[in-house]
Amino acid sequence: MVHITINGTEVDAPEDHTILQAAKNLGIKIPTLCHHDALSPYGSCRLCIVEIKKRGRSKIVTSCNYPVEKGLEVFTDSAPVLTHRKMLIELLLARCPEVGIVREMAQRMGIEKSRFPQAQHDCILCGLCVRVCDERIGANAISFVNRGVDEDVSAPFDISSESCIGCGACVSVCPTGAITMEEIQGLLRLNRFKTAKQLHQCPSCKKDYATELHLAWIGDRLGPQGMVAALCTDCKRTRNAESTRMAYALQRKASGAEPRNGVGC
Amino acid sequence: MRIESIQDLEKLRKTLLAKTDPTKTRIRICAGTGCRACGSEEVIEAFNKEIVGQGISADVEIKATGCHGFCERGTLIVLYPEGILYQMVKPEDVPEILKVTVGGKEIIERLLYVDPVSGERITYEKDIPFYKSQRRTLLGMNPSIDPTEIDDYIALGGYRAAAKALTEMTPEEVVAEVKESGLRGRGGGGFPTGEKWETCRNAPGDARYVICNADEGDPGAYMDRSLLEGNPHSVLEGMIIGAYAIGANEGYIYVRNEYPLAVEHAKRAIEQATKYGLLGADIFSSAFELDVKIARGGGAFICGESSALMTSLEGKPGRPRAKYIHTVERGLWERPTNLNNVETWANVPLIIEKGAAWYRRTGTEGSKGTKIFSLVGKINNTGLVEVPMGMPLREIVYGIGGGVPAGKKLKAVQTGGPSGGCLPESLIDLPVDFDQLTKVGSMMGSGGMIIMDENTCMVDVARYFLNFLKDESCGKCLPCREGIKRMLEILNRICEGKGEEGDVELLTKIAYTVQETSLCALGGSAPNPLLTTLRYFGEEYTAHVRDKKCPAGICKDLIIYTIHEDKCNGCGACVKACPNKAIAGEKKKPHRIEVAKCIKCGICSETCRQQAIAAA
Repeated sequence: MVHITINGTEVDAPEDHTILQAAKNLGIKIPTLCHHDALSPYGSCRLCIVEIKKRGRSKIVTSCNYPVEKGLEVFTDSAPVLTHRKMLIELLLARCPEVGIVREMAQRMGIEKSRFPQAQHDCILCGLCVRVCDERIGANAISFVNRGVDEDVSAPFDISSESCIGCGACVSVCPTGAITMEEIQGLLRLNRFKTAKQLHQCPSCKKDYATELHLAWIGDRLGPQGMVAALCTDCKRTRNAESTRMAYALQRKASGAEPRNGVGC
Repeated sequence: MRIESIQDLEKLRKTLLAKTDPTKTRIRICAGTGCRACGSEEVIEAFNKEIVGQGISADVEIKATGCHGFCERGTLIVLYPEGILYQMVKPEDVPEILKVTVGGKEIIERLLYVDPVSGERITYEKDIPFYKSQRRTLLGMNPSIDPTEIDDYIALGGYRAAAKALTEMTPEEVVAEVKESGLRGRGGGGFPTGEKWETCRNAPGDARYVICNADEGDPGAYMDRSLLEGNPHSVLEGMIIGAYAIGANEGYIYVRNEYPLAVEHAKRAIEQATKYGLLGADIFSSAFELDVKIARGGGAFICGESSALMTSLEGKPGRPRAKYIHTVERGLWERPTNLNNVETWANVPLIIEKGAAWYRRTGTEGSKGTKIFSLVGKINNTGLVEVPMGMPLREIVYGIGGGVPAGKKLKAVQTGGPSGGCLPESLIDLPVDFDQLTKVGSMMGSGGMIIMDENTCMVDVARYFLNFLKDESCGKCLPCREGIKRMLEILNRICEGKGEEGDVELLTKIAYTVQETSLCALGGSAPNPLLTTLRYFGEEYTAHVRDKKCPAGICKDLIIYTIHEDKCNGCGACVKACPNKAIAGEKKKPHRIEVAKCIKCGICSETCRQQAIAAA
């Protein structure tokens, strides 16, 4: 354990924790946009900045990737931190004035409108989609492309991705709704990445429910027993319920109890 | 042939020296990039042909060498043993040089350098003011060696330092010597090299790496290029010593692909060193092994930043990572990695061979040794200069650089590349070292030094550098990506005469946030050109914003060209020169510029011999 102080409160934090984790455990909120507990820290939005004091010197660092250190003094809301955070969110608000999460955060910091000319981007370049695709799915189907203000997220060469499995993890982590997917004629389409993948039909109800590649990916990880005949979630639930009910009925019967009327248990 | 020991090396050196014929005239032709642009390859070809033609192969030996430094005067050739320097040599001068100077031992006055101050012709290289005040400990070998020949380097004592380190010193002793020397990283940060090595050596891990950062990208800077092109073995030798000290068995030279000659020379150097057994297994029979590979950079400025460079080496897009855990502990492939810049590595053999005490004799309290600067911009003697740390700016600009051309006034000196700052003329007596430059708001950077004259608009300069950085910011972190863009937008407005009250305050606020919260040093230092011009030339911003005037006459939207009637003699030169037919007037009577038609190119003003046309 490492002994540190956050906003005057002393705390022992595990050695592999970041300042952000230690603060969270203390119930101290630090705003973040590019952080996700399931993904490695990236440090791009800079909103989680805090002021640290080390050997008498002050410094602004990002709490999401700064490891706790013995004797560290942390201030999550000092005057310079608040000034910089406000400027950062104002800069971001000018980039994407219509993005809800950014607007809300800006409003909380007292900014209704940015002083800078407004652009209309829906992506805040937090990189959650890129990281989840790499670190959790292992597909590496998308990446950052271009540099500086022209930066964007795309599949290689901005054409349909061969590596994408159509799992939709990018859609689910995207905090702004910039990535969407839709099912059209047996295909799952990720329009932002110009990618479409073949959907699999549930053998029971004949509904399209996941891509072939996604099911194969799950199959690889769970082994053949894990895939209950490649059923869709609804049918899987029905089948589970049925087998549970059956097992329950058998158990009751074995224990000599009266069968119960009605469904479920 | 393998060099197994220090004795083998010495034997080879003596054999090589014995081969040189002291009676021969040795002609050294600069084939650095600057002189190549001036046509040095044709000059070399002419020499080769003419020597055969005149049948004097036995009397003359020619060599194409690396950069001599005095790029303003290319193609440069030096004739030894006398040390005669001929400048601006063209292929057609070659027959005469061979007949008159080599054959007849007479000087060709026409090809000598003329000192603009005294008007005198100077015969010998060592007497030329440009070279006189320099201390060329790193660049000094360039004019004597063919960079594609390892033997040339060995003949001058090359690889002796590596032999000494590997056979007579322990790695700890090497680290201690470099620490003692006070050498600081020449790539920009100025971090003490020895300390860096020590941390890397002590960092836990099974494998570790050394990297040479040759991804030089500052506009107007070419120090590292000239070193790697002109003396690649000195860099390689430094890396061998460093790798031994740190305990690394793998090394990389990360060099930009836009430096084809540097890539080629470094590649050959590695091949030749490997052949002699100076790379590979069991170097100098010490059981130490090192392999060095070349990685070519794709041209992104950000890849000069150490963590971005390492990410790029790993095969990913070159983007920086947080360095809260330093790269010396967790760098390339998460292993301890020591990265130094070209010039830093080239200093190492000197320190090991001559000792830390010798090295410490040059420089100031906090900055030891020499520093190479590329002196460019509005300066008479454009070129590469190597000076002791602490030399006053005045000595560099006027003593070595020969001052500002066309009798114009010096306005500012920009040091440290796009991340550096602009220093005003009032700081001309500043001793140039790491700490002094930082104190006045600029930085050493890798050694770019751009001289600006009175016709430079400082708001425009800040705009230029921010425009460069806008294109080169990787885009990963918000403050650098969005902040630079917004600062540039405001500066563009100011230069277009649309500046508003409060713009400067807003600029300062953005700058402060970008500086403090950016992920890497590119963003952290990006506001420097803006902040230093604001600090030293604040009145120019006021003139732009409040008075809608550009005092230097550069910002097109804020100036009007007019002809002074009393000065104009009606010669008509401007009428002919104007590309938009905006000037009219009768012969021998004062002319006039039609403002609506004028595109403000300034050609008329440059053409006018009466200096009757000015921007205001």
